[in-house]
Amino acid sequence: MSTFRTPLKRALVLGSAKHGVHHFLVQRLTAIALVLLGLWFVWFALRLPGLDYAAARALLAEPVNALLMLLFVVAVFWHAQLGLQVVVEDYVHTSGWQLVLQVAIRFLCVLGGAACVLAILRIALGR
Amino acid sequence: MSEFTLPKNSKITEGKHFPAKAGATDVRTFRVYRWTPDDDRNPRMDSYDVDLSTCGPMVLDALIKIKNEVDSTVTFRRSCREGICGSCAMNIDGTNTLACTKPISECSGSDVKLYPLPHMPVVKDLVPDLTHFYAQLTSIKPWLRTESPPPPDRERLQSKEDRARLDGLYECILCACCSAGCPSYWWNADRYLGPAILLQAYRWIVDSRDEATGERLDFLEDPFKLYRCHTIMNCTRTCPKGLNPAKAIAATKKLLVERRS
Repeated sequence: MSTFRTPLKRALVLGSAKHGVHHFLVQRLTAIALVLLGLWFVWFALRLPGLDYAAARALLAEPVNALLMLLFVVAVFWHAQLGLQVVVEDYVHTSGWQLVLQVAIRFLCVLGGAACVLAILRIALGR
Repeated sequence: MSEFTLPKNSKITEGKHFPAKAGATDVRTFRVYRWTPDDDRNPRMDSYDVDLSTCGPMVLDALIKIKNEVDSTVTFRRSCREGICGSCAMNIDGTNTLACTKPISECSGSDVKLYPLPHMPVVKDLVPDLTHFYAQLTSIKPWLRTESPPPPDRERLQSKEDRARLDGLYECILCACCSAGCPSYWWNADRYLGPAILLQAYRWIVDSRDEATGERLDFLEDPFKLYRCHTIMNCTRTCPKGLNPAKAIAATKKLLVERRS
């Protein structure tokens, strides 16, 4: 009450960001994609224990498997980034920490995703 | 930075016990949250033994009986005593509801516990400070906004179907039970509008006579104002009027998707 601001001023804060639908949509689209790709991934993972290293590499190098694995890791890291972003927005209210964590989440998700994509490409393209 | 202990006022101590009069037959204990800004003391839980054989059936009846006959310092809001004003919203037996429409017989524990609405600043005892809640309501401009002038000879008409779309929305009495029960609103009330206000916003978005639909959706499209709703559904579970704020919020999100595709 000592801030000399009206309640409405405090309720309006900085106004509407006029975005958020895109985040909402992509979170749901990646979720649907992950249900479908997840089913394939379970099938793929169940075949691995019976294979040696060379056979496992060969299985992943098959074009269909390589393509689905690429889509799977991109969807996983994209969805993870969107979800972790929301967790931080919800619970971290110290502005410095908020910024550090949001940047770290994005960097780590891009790093993880890019590393997986590189690994899959190397196997698929035989290098 | 981190707080590992609760703030001072969160620690509730045991208060006084007021036994029922001798000869009382059907006694039930009401444990009431007491706090006043006038002294420097922590909140306490006072216990009042109420003779139900001389008391009305609702929790509000017991509160009024306590205030009239036992302890006139117990502070709470009440007005209509029939579930239409929303004044007596409080946390009863662990759930936000209206004291006037909550039968004592439906309270589960042996003692009936009464707290103010959770996560709202307390003015005194069971009275929460709803200033911010009302300011948030003002921010969504809860009135009919139009460009076209009304017909000169009559009110703005609405088809029966369009009117029916307001059912389940217009009944909201703004008691704040839902917002005060929403974890997302607890953590982010400074920016998240909360279920009650979002239901009101949707009530104007779907009103066939309102011409500011786009501006209303623009205002709501915000990671915090609207999208802090994570479909926890406490709002719908707790609403003493049986409304469904979660559905109204979902419908708003749907409209925002619809207008881009």
